[in-house]
Amino acid sequence: MARHELPALPYAFDALEPHIDARTMEIHHGKHHAAYVNNLNAALDKHPQLFELSVEDLLRDLSRIPEDIRTAVRNNGGGHANHAFFWPLLCPRGGGAPVGELAAAINAGFGSFDTFKEKFTTAATTRFGSGWAWLSVDGQGSLVVSSTANQDTPISEGQRPVLGLDVWEHAYYLNYQNRRPDYIAAFWNIVDWKRANASFLAARG
Amino acid sequence: MAFTLPALPYDQDALAPLISPETIEYHYGKHHRAYLDNLNRLSEGTDWAARSLEEIVRRADGALFNNAAQVWNHSFYWNCLSPDEAGGPHGEPARRIAEAFGSVDAFTERFTAAAVGHFGSGWAWLVRRGDGSLAVTSTANADNPLRAGDTPLLTCDVWEHAYYIDYRNARARYVEAFWKLVDWQFVASQLACSERGGMGP
Repeated sequence: MARHELPALPYAFDALEPHIDARTMEIHHGKHHAAYVNNLNAALDKHPQLFELSVEDLLRDLSRIPEDIRTAVRNNGGGHANHAFFWPLLCPRGGGAPVGELAAAINAGFGSFDTFKEKFTTAATTRFGSGWAWLSVDGQGSLVVSSTANQDTPISEGQRPVLGLDVWEHAYYLNYQNRRPDYIAAFWNIVDWKRANASFLAARG
Repeated sequence: MAFTLPALPYDQDALAPLISPETIEYHYGKHHRAYLDNLNRLSEGTDWAARSLEEIVRRADGALFNNAAQVWNHSFYWNCLSPDEAGGPHGEPARRIAEAFGSVDAFTERFTAAAVGHFGSGWAWLVRRGDGSLAVTSTANADNPLRAGDTPLLTCDVWEHAYYIDYRNARARYVEAFWKLVDWQFVASQLACSERGGMGP
């Protein structure tokens, strides 16, 4: 029975510069992510038996969450899970091309890395309002690109995420203002493909 | 004929320090303009190009709706703000707000809760319902109360781009500042206009 905790960032606030600036990382992790964790715990305080479940288990079937806290768990549990998944996918010396079995699966699923990249970029660019772009493994074991609104997660759709990109304005506004495409282009320079491959292997089961 | 970007009703630095010129520069000069450019691109050569902005907001779907509604919402938002000392509502809006919410304070609290509590991008609104009553709502992304048959009287933009440069994650502080900038004369004119059956920025 444990309360949810803000995971430490696996690198310094300034580690992703110039692609993501230190100030953005500090607020994004220390304020936004922290608020999701606090609000999730506050919601679960009303049904403390749910502290037994991991955040992913909470999100897997939201219809099982008591109605009085369902929206709070969807929004704040989603916010916590998505950000906790996102931070380790980034690394200072990332970028390049996918590795391992994920590389082969991307080629098989999308034809080429470039085609996948284009598809993911479109999903991230065209998500209207706040949300996320995703590469996930679906129920049939196939790789799929999607986007979700706000803090909704593919986990609630029966999918397991492999790669995610936060396109809430708070993720890029201090550095890129209205230029979301520039932020998305920068993202490709800091993807940790080893980590994404590990997500893929875990997701595929 | 292409849709045009309405001029700001004040200078870019007029709302400082509550809303900085830098925020206005991006919010009006980039975001609002991009919605307008997209609207023109999407409507050009279609039947929509000859319709009013309001009709597109009421009837269109998808990207056309999103961009048209964001043009309408932002034009309306700029008109809701003024550099002049805001004070509070008076006259008819004050009377109707007290009637609907108990008091002006209770209304302010309700609207603030809608603005701060709206999850993700969107807008908080004071609207006049079809039956003449006033209500507070919030809408997601580009969505506009006209779609539900309500007439907007006041709005607060709670997309992060509206406040992130000046207030970062502290949306509540931005909403607090918003109250010091509300143009209650505009709200009064919208109310009077809607009672005569019209509306719009």
